[in-house]
Amino acid sequence: MFQILAQNALNALQLGSVYALIALGYTMVYGILTLINFAHGDIFMVGTYLSLAAAVFLLGLPLGLPLVVVFVGALCFSMALTAVLGVVIERLAYRPLRQAPRVSAVITALGVGLFLENFTLGILGPEPRHFPTLIPLQAWEIWGLTITPLQILIILGAAVLMVLLDFLVRRTLLGMAMRAISYNRLIVPLMGVPVDRVISLTFAIGSAIAAAGGLMYGLAYPVLDPYMGIRIGWWAFIAAVVGGIGNIRGAMLGGFILGAVEIFTPVLLPSSTYRDFVAFSLLLLLLVFKPTGLLGRPVFERV
Amino acid sequence: MATLNKPKTLLISLASVLLLVLALVLPASGVLNPYVVQILMYVGINMILTLSLNLVNGYMGEFSVGHAGFMGIGAYAASILTVWVLPRAWTPWAFPLVLVVGGLAAAVAGLIVAFPSFRTRGDYLAIVTLAFNMIVKSVLENLEVVGGPRGFLGMPRLTNLFWVTAWVLITVLILRRLVYSNFGRGITAIREDEVAANLTGVDTRRLKLYAFLISAFFAGVAGGLFAHLLQFINPRSFSIIKSTDMLVMVYLGGVGSLAGSLLGATIFTVLMEVLRPLGLWRWVVGPLLLVLLMIFRPKGIMGFKEWKWLREEKVASSQ
Repeated sequence: MFQILAQNALNALQLGSVYALIALGYTMVYGILTLINFAHGDIFMVGTYLSLAAAVFLLGLPLGLPLVVVFVGALCFSMALTAVLGVVIERLAYRPLRQAPRVSAVITALGVGLFLENFTLGILGPEPRHFPTLIPLQAWEIWGLTITPLQILIILGAAVLMVLLDFLVRRTLLGMAMRAISYNRLIVPLMGVPVDRVISLTFAIGSAIAAAGGLMYGLAYPVLDPYMGIRIGWWAFIAAVVGGIGNIRGAMLGGFILGAVEIFTPVLLPSSTYRDFVAFSLLLLLLVFKPTGLLGRPVFERV
Repeated sequence: MATLNKPKTLLISLASVLLLVLALVLPASGVLNPYVVQILMYVGINMILTLSLNLVNGYMGEFSVGHAGFMGIGAYAASILTVWVLPRAWTPWAFPLVLVVGGLAAAVAGLIVAFPSFRTRGDYLAIVTLAFNMIVKSVLENLEVVGGPRGFLGMPRLTNLFWVTAWVLITVLILRRLVYSNFGRGITAIREDEVAANLTGVDTRRLKLYAFLISAFFAGVAGGLFAHLLQFINPRSFSIIKSTDMLVMVYLGGVGSLAGSLLGATIFTVLMEVLRPLGLWRWVVGPLLLVLLMIFRPKGIMGFKEWKWLREEKVASSQ
């Protein structure tokens, strides 16, 4: 019994790491622009496809590259290109709407997300693609638990990225500028902070982290289709809201909670198809009773 | 004195009757081929959906992105009635009643969205409606009695151009009366400034509740019409993609305008039909259109404007 629980907890940690990485992108953009970037799940999807393309290309070269090199190459390639994608989306779709009512921007984000999905579908067709195996598929038995190298890689990799991001936001000048913009977007430009550049960098970082999450997801669940970003993106979004949107540590916490929801739903309920129901009911209840999430600060409306 | 308005009311009634007669005669006489009739019915169903969404998004300024959920509930409720409950022979005559029941079922579900709207606004309410849409889809997928993810079939093909036209007219005329009533002024006040509306004595909670119920009702009716046109429904027909289509139609036609909804639904439906040869790429058009609209013309074609016959009837002064 304890072993089953521990094994599931480990699996939840693995999945939660991926959700947390994607949730970070939602929460960073919301923190700085108060915009729900509904396209973020699809940016993650594009990142996964880009790492697939890079991995297939590198494996196809007649050099016999070691798998580590392929992994690092795919990671760098997809993180860089996805960062560019995030910046381009912000520039073309969101920046013209920065003064518009917030609802316009949210609708635009929904539109951008659907556009990315259907564009990918148009290029690649509806057949799912398979991710090549980059990490050896062996398993270690420790105290009755099955642990794979992939699991360790995902959990550690995600942890490193999260610590780096937390450091970036709390300890660097760029992070200070981000926090300042999220605190007050009207005054901060007057202090000489290049708001546009900071926002672009926020989108770049958020998208790059989603791409890293995409590579990890592709390795762990190797069947990709253009609509995969919808479900993963939504779960990550719920994670961001559960933790308190705009709060980076909240996003990490929310990611692990959602990972646990997904892994433990089939254990407690008759079928895994109830997982969406559980997750969205959780979201609905939370929004009604504690809209600021677990770690978010309350917002007061002045009249 | 209402004497000034008599001719207009009479004209609208006459035009409605004429439309209904045409809707009955044209398909039967073979002047319109079945393909055109089919498209016209889709246009009509989309008009009802767009009008219902416009009440919440356009007039009240709240933000629902989960209207396909209401549509789905209406579709399933109406289909259950015609397939399981009513004897086959009765269904053609009971069809209007079936649609009303579908609409009422959707309205009850509207409560789930209406109550959170008392506490949250703006993008948080948008998330609530989205979550609602996802929950509806997830529940339908898990209900094996109605076929689960495989879908539900066996409905008789009861939807015809006559019923679609009739319901479009009912929707337009009821909403036209509503948006110029006290209720309509109230929800417009909520759109402009909820706090101020509350302070000037608008019962914002009750109006929000009514707006969501009415909007959900018509979306449910449209769902019933849709189910009995296609004779097959599955949970995926009522996903967030459908909700986005509705948003495109509302914002294309124009928020806060009945004429805009009619135009938006017509243009979008016909456009998607014309683009059919593009295959998969057709689905890129809608989202792209939505983004471009939001950036370059967020008010849509008719934003806050109205065709003459849909405008408010000027009450002649009593002097």
